[in-house]
Amino acid sequence: MKRVLEGSHSVAEAVRLAKVEVISAYPITPQTHIVERLSDFCADGSLSARYLRVESEHSALAALIGASSAGARSFTATSSQGLALMHELLHWASGARLPIVLAEVNRALAPGWNIWADQTDSLSQRDTGWIQLYCETGQEVLDTTLQAFRLAEHVSLPAMVVLDAFFLSHTYEPVDVPGQREVDRFLPAFNPRFRLNTETPCAFNQLAPPDVYMEMRRSIQDAMEEALAGFSQMEEEFSGIFGRRYGAVEPVECEDAEIILVTSGTITSTSRQLVKELRSRGERVGILKIKLFRPFPAEIIRQCLKKARKVAIIDRNCSFGAGGIFAQEVKAALCDLAERPVVFSFIAGLGGRDVTVADLENIYTQVRNQEVPQRESIWAGLHPVPAPELNR
Amino acid sequence: MLEIRFHGRGGQGAVVATILLAKAFFRAGYHVQSFPLFGVERRGAPVEAYLRLDREQILIRTNSYTPDHVVVLDSTLLEAIDITRGLKPMGWILLNSQAPPADGARFSNFRLAWVDATEIALKHQLGTRTHPIVNTAISGAFARILGAPPIEAVAGAIEEEIPENIEANIRAAREAFDRVEGVRS
Repeated sequence: MKRVLEGSHSVAEAVRLAKVEVISAYPITPQTHIVERLSDFCADGSLSARYLRVESEHSALAALIGASSAGARSFTATSSQGLALMHELLHWASGARLPIVLAEVNRALAPGWNIWADQTDSLSQRDTGWIQLYCETGQEVLDTTLQAFRLAEHVSLPAMVVLDAFFLSHTYEPVDVPGQREVDRFLPAFNPRFRLNTETPCAFNQLAPPDVYMEMRRSIQDAMEEALAGFSQMEEEFSGIFGRRYGAVEPVECEDAEIILVTSGTITSTSRQLVKELRSRGERVGILKIKLFRPFPAEIIRQCLKKARKVAIIDRNCSFGAGGIFAQEVKAALCDLAERPVVFSFIAGLGGRDVTVADLENIYTQVRNQEVPQRESIWAGLHPVPAPELNR
Repeated sequence: MLEIRFHGRGGQGAVVATILLAKAFFRAGYHVQSFPLFGVERRGAPVEAYLRLDREQILIRTNSYTPDHVVVLDSTLLEAIDITRGLKPMGWILLNSQAPPADGARFSNFRLAWVDATEIALKHQLGTRTHPIVNTAISGAFARILGAPPIEAVAGAIEEEIPENIEANIRAAREAFDRVEGVRS
């Protein structure tokens, strides 16, 4: 049934429908509405999960590592500094092959203190062995949360559902909330091969010396590759039940496009409005939306972009000293092509700065009018900052 | 697409007013989007919230800069901030006020409507004497000036969204719908 829901509540509805068994929670803006709503569900009996209030994000994930090791479907949510504090245990969860699902509301890192949308928090965890799925709409948030459990449990890796602060987390929009029976068909109970069990005691996560460690790491890489290969099969089943699919990437009007904007998160949605307007004026422009960032769907991205003349990647993040993170990944994917498009990298919208249709058109016009980029990454929409006076 | 900006003070229910109307317009067949000003909230400080509606899917996910209409839940804000910022010419300004503003000339590019939502809220015992909750009343008045959504959709949205005093809130919305002034028929 379609209801007008806040993005945070779309996450919570999916967690309820997934019949999660253990939730640990530590509040941080803009994530807090997710765990607040889950607390309501646990209190009113619509979800019978153990709800643990912990004293930090580090503990939030530590608690779930225990719960998931015991075979419980487990969930938490965080943002920004909270995710950064979890960093050590993010590695632990993937190394221990625990399919924990975490909703990560993209928020800028401090200082300066900023609660607004910025992807640098989640992208700086890209090497922790977590599946990362970026969302564009409230509906996609709900659907992706269900998909994340399915994908994570299929390959025994943890998964992050990533949504933009405020533009998704605090925005109300119509969302189809599926029925329990349909969700049960898509997502059967979590039944891991190994679990902590006092009947058959065994030890986990022992010392792994050089003669075994590397094979264990290789199995994580294999699991990521399996997640990539299994993504479309998973979506096939999802779409068979719910009638919706998103794709690891989604090409929009890319077939004949000379210029393709590569986007993620809510900037994609605003870009669709721009492309509609530009197409009506005869401009050959398309969008490649990246939903799945880990594992990185390099081959599909190559296929979608190879015919374009120019590609403009828009990053709401920055790896200082390098540039936009999606841009680095896309460039690496394209470098195997003998003939490849010219790649422009733009950094925009950091710390919640708005990225409007006009801002995106500005980016498009720059790309159309230049043969090669003037810089490694071009910062869009920067305000002029007066040069400091030198002390003599 | 229409964009409506709501001005209030923290604690008055401006955000809930946009959620209520989003749900009411959705019931009436519109695509909707509502969101608060993405800021740090403080009780009593000026707050803003926004509503987008369209017959088609709404694609833009940005802040709102040039609203078609403005709703003001607290008329003391008229002296504190520029509630007409970015407001399109001939847009409605709906005020929670007993009377039109004394210096109405500064709003001459717009259409003015007003309703004493505070008095209506107090009469129906919504909130407290010092903190009346005016959002359901103002939503009813808004439905009247725009000619949409139907007041029955507003009532349905109140049932869905408001946890207590549902009947009193619906009565307040209906009364404000009937009493709003400045509407040319």
